[in-house]
Amino acid sequence: MRWAARAARGGGSRRGRRLVLPYLLLLPAVLFELLVHIVPMVTGIVMSFKQLTEFFIRNWGAAPSAGLANYRFALDFNGAVGKALLQSFLITLAFTVLTVAVSCLIGTSAALLLQDPFRGRGLLRTCFLVPYALPAYTAAITWEFMFQRDTGLVNTLLVRDLHLFHTAPFWLIGGNSFWALTATAVWRTWPFAFLVVTAGLQNIPGELYEAAAIDGAGVWQRIRRITMPQLRPVNQVLVLVLFLWNFNDFNTPYVLFGNVAPKQADLLSLQIYDTSFESWNFGSGSAMSVLLLLFLLVVTAGYLLLTNRRTRADV
Amino acid sequence: MSDLSVQPRRRSPMAPPRSFLWTRRIGLTLLTVFTLVPVWVMVSSSVKPLRDVQSAFEWLPRHLTLAPYAQIWSTVPLAHYFVNSLVVSACSTVISVAIAILAGYSVSRFRFPGRQVFSVTVLSTQMFPGILFLLPLFLLYVNIGTTTGVALSGSRLGLIITYLTFTLPFSIWMLVGYFDSIPRELDEAAMADGCSPVGALLRVVVPAAVPGIVTVAVYSFMTAWGEVLFASVMTDDSTRTLAVGLRNYASQNDVFWNQIMAASLVVSVPVVVGFLLLQRYLVAGLTAGSVK
Repeated sequence: MRWAARAARGGGSRRGRRLVLPYLLLLPAVLFELLVHIVPMVTGIVMSFKQLTEFFIRNWGAAPSAGLANYRFALDFNGAVGKALLQSFLITLAFTVLTVAVSCLIGTSAALLLQDPFRGRGLLRTCFLVPYALPAYTAAITWEFMFQRDTGLVNTLLVRDLHLFHTAPFWLIGGNSFWALTATAVWRTWPFAFLVVTAGLQNIPGELYEAAAIDGAGVWQRIRRITMPQLRPVNQVLVLVLFLWNFNDFNTPYVLFGNVAPKQADLLSLQIYDTSFESWNFGSGSAMSVLLLLFLLVVTAGYLLLTNRRTRADV
Repeated sequence: MSDLSVQPRRRSPMAPPRSFLWTRRIGLTLLTVFTLVPVWVMVSSSVKPLRDVQSAFEWLPRHLTLAPYAQIWSTVPLAHYFVNSLVVSACSTVISVAIAILAGYSVSRFRFPGRQVFSVTVLSTQMFPGILFLLPLFLLYVNIGTTTGVALSGSRLGLIITYLTFTLPFSIWMLVGYFDSIPRELDEAAMADGCSPVGALLRVVVPAAVPGIVTVAVYSFMTAWGEVLFASVMTDDSTRTLAVGLRNYASQNDVFWNQIMAASLVVSVPVVVGFLLLQRYLVAGLTAGSVK
């Protein structure tokens, strides 16, 4: 009976269901995307055109319009806000490029060194993943402790054990803070590069290596001629992801330096956070966020175009 | 004698030369030291008395004590922070994974108008900085609170929702990739046997995608567990998470570094152990998902 009924309903309703079903499955995702991404983003853009100070937090619709003033301040590099923002931007860029480059270098080397089986390989692989598995703030807190001037390991090592400095330098204030930040970020980031490259290595067909070995290629040649080109698509994704991560990083500097970072290590995320929640100027903070977003969009689009073209040129 | 040394054991053409072996030994030793020194600082400092961590660093603890591990629970309400972190991280993980399974299946298996728009939107929100969503969400929560009386700002629910800003796009993106790697013939066969598409998803695709789903869940949980930005703005005294609560081990006069390190370890061990146990799945998930 049931079978007959199903047959009688025929193909039409089934096709109808197939048309609706993908949207039904997507519905929760779309609703939450609206809630956590689309609405806040639109709100943020509207906010950036308002004079939104602490007086209007409870009723932000009533805040007076600011026109382009927030953007003008942010981009006026002779003014105090714009100057600090530009400096912050350059520091963030330098920090990001350095962190990504060093992390990719270390991560790729580690993955290559662990590619062939040997005794202890599993143990080392596990150990290398520990910095990545640690919660972001415990890692940063530990480095903060290590960078303490009088009681930290770094100065113990540099001054007492290795005699590289006569007086113990400060690491969490002043110019050295940039290097403290970068070291901490590299320690946290390279294991992810290692993990991704390891995954990428597993996708390279073994026959390629065997063929190369039969043709007489040594280890170094195999790495240069087979591994690196084969890893290129993986590396391109990796570089982009790491760039975005580090460029947007808030956890590391915030835990390392507290609310107000030294100006030599004041990353954009922190700068925007300070403008918004320390100076209670949400309008300016939003304008800075929108500018940051525009920059990231341009970088991503440019990067994708560039890497796509290059891969196609190779083929 | 010399003949023996000139003719070493026969090496296969795949065997690495000495230069590589030495590079490997030196490189891996340096990396292991770099990786483990901070971990050692954490472990060794957590068993030192306060006056020892307040003087110059010693590689080996002079006086061993487990007192920090007892004190961490009373200096700050660590257990309370722990529960808050657990509830918030677990809830946002479960919600985002459940939503992502449905959405991932839809995007991976059906071709429908709007599919491209949805994928691009999800993919691009991944790259947006958290700070971009923090300001508007904070304002929206405050305004929802004043107009409807629903206190989202400072509540666990509010934090769970904000954490979806990063767990959701990641989960959807990874699961679409993972479902794509599962042969379509599997669920088509199930449907030919009389399963509905949803039945095929639940009975065939989800079980086959367990490694991917585990990866996504572990990642989401870890990211939420370590999140600082939203937690520092969106919580109050009763909803503080570990990320913010650990700062309270510093008083005006003293920083209890031994307790901070002990608490950091206590907080880290569950996620690190979980991560390391599941790392096999993680590599598999990454291979099939994001990195293709």
